[in-house]
Amino acid sequence: MPELLQFLFSGLTVGAVYALVALGFTIIYNASDVVNFAQGEFVMLGGMITVFAHAAGLPLLLAAGIAIAATAVIGVALNKLAIEPARGAPVVSLIIITIGASIFLRGVASLVFDKQIHRFPAFSGDAPFRIGGATILPQSLWVIAGGVAVFIALWLFFTRTLTGKAVLATSNNRLAAQLVGINTNWVMTLSFALSAAIGALAGVLATPITNTSYDVGIALALKGFAAAMLGGMGNPKGALVGGILLGILEALTAGYLSSQYKDAAAFIVILLVLFIMPQGLFGARQTERV
Amino acid sequence: MLEVSGLTSRYGRIEVLHGIDLAVRSGEIVTVVGANGAGKTTLLRCISGTQPVAGGEIRFRGDDITALPAYRRIGRGITQSPEGRQIFTNLSVEENLRLGAFVHGDARVDRDLEDAFQMFPILREKRNLNAGGLSGGQQQMLAIARALMGRPSCLLLDEPSMGLAPILVQQIFDVISTLKSRDVTVLLIEQNAFGALKIADRGYVMETGRITMDGAADELIADPRIREAYLGI
Ligand SMILES: Nc1ncnc2c1ncn2[C@@H]1O[C@H](COP(=O)(O)OP(=O)(O)OP(=O)(O)O)[C@@H](O)[C@H]1O
Ligand SMILES: [Mg+2]
Repeated sequence: MPELLQFLFSGLTVGAVYALVALGFTIIYNASDVVNFAQGEFVMLGGMITVFAHAAGLPLLLAAGIAIAATAVIGVALNKLAIEPARGAPVVSLIIITIGASIFLRGVASLVFDKQIHRFPAFSGDAPFRIGGATILPQSLWVIAGGVAVFIALWLFFTRTLTGKAVLATSNNRLAAQLVGINTNWVMTLSFALSAAIGALAGVLATPITNTSYDVGIALALKGFAAAMLGGMGNPKGALVGGILLGILEALTAGYLSSQYKDAAAFIVILLVLFIMPQGLFGARQTERV
Repeated sequence: MLEVSGLTSRYGRIEVLHGIDLAVRSGEIVTVVGANGAGKTTLLRCISGTQPVAGGEIRFRGDDITALPAYRRIGRGITQSPEGRQIFTNLSVEENLRLGAFVHGDARVDRDLEDAFQMFPILREKRNLNAGGLSGGQQQMLAIARALMGRPSCLLLDEPSMGLAPILVQQIFDVISTLKSRDVTVLLIEQNAFGALKIADRGYVMETGRITMDGAADELIADPRIREAYLGI
């Protein structure tokens, strides 16, 4: 029993990181139908900028704030320099642009920073809590709380605010969005800023547990993408549940079978779910009439 | 109120509007009729700012708005119910309407919503349903109501009767003629020339990117050339 609990704890921690990455996908996807594969690089930037700002002598909290703000600016620049000029191109082309941007950001990070593995101290120390014979790190609680907080904020944003609806309206029908007075370029700018900030927050919260380096982005983007697909792309609830399910699946496979199988097992389950429910667990079913 | 002069517009290198002159006075219902592909939709989209203008000028209440982005024309009082309805299919009926008032974040939005429901009671019944599930006629009502939520002083309507059953067409035209009493000036694009001219004060006839005729609506209805070409009489 303590064993199972331990696996669940570590699965929950990893899952919360995946959930944060998946939540980052949600906004840009909702605004433009684009899956932004540079999302993982935002996570990397959040961690790396914090590492170097902290090493330069800034307090951790300030360093993290700077990292999140700087990453948001980089997200906006990505939109202005790479996505906006290609407007009108098919969504697939835009997705490929984000893959290119991710390779570019990784390269720049390896030059501006370095190729070492880094971490910074956990926020509330490293003394684990003991619960039911298993242990959990205080930083894990930070990660989980961060995932839940971002989820709630996004859910409120999309269901309760007119700005959130404007984001949804922009992806659903850009022409009509302009006709009701929405500045659709501004919506895109906002989406990239928010997505990048959420990604960077994930990096800040997770780095004390997972460590970071210039190349952690790809794996995270893929896992976050898988989690978002599992839950239903575009839905914050789906991102949260998908991320946590994926993390727990991996932890259980690694614990009871072998850590060699953990990626494979997770992806097999995802394929099965998508086979039965192509829209994901919480995906919107299309109800359009022409 | 609205003056269009020498307006040209193109898709790529193909010019489809070759110098349109048109004026709408405050309080009027003006209609532009013309066959398929004449350029009516393109003209309306130039006025709402969703189609680039190649040459000429659009003035609204004396101001040159030719270069103003679409989202800033709403605040000035120009809203459009576009061809093909273009509602937000992933949002509820009420959310569609509230987005219509996106630029007006104040208490009057609730009153306007109530007004819209009075005008189209079916929308009240379906207010929480996904707009994508509405029938064609209901979607058309939603598109018009959404444009009204923007508090237009000048409402642009692009083929509101398209694809609707005759009884619904009549209902839509009835609603449009009541807008006069609400101080809404209307520019109405229609292929249903007869229905449009019946409720309009004045009309323009458009052919392949040019205005070929204009005049009082009752004169146009009586004109033999119009009767033959557009009214099928
Ligand atoms: N997106 C586009 N790209 C290229 N050409 C276009 C486009 N939209 C319209 N056109 C062309 O421009 C001309 C005018 O089209 P427009 O849609 O303005 O006409 P319309 O009078 O509204 O026609 P309808 O009665 O069918 O709605 C047509 O020849 C049409 O083929
Ligand atoms: Mg048309």
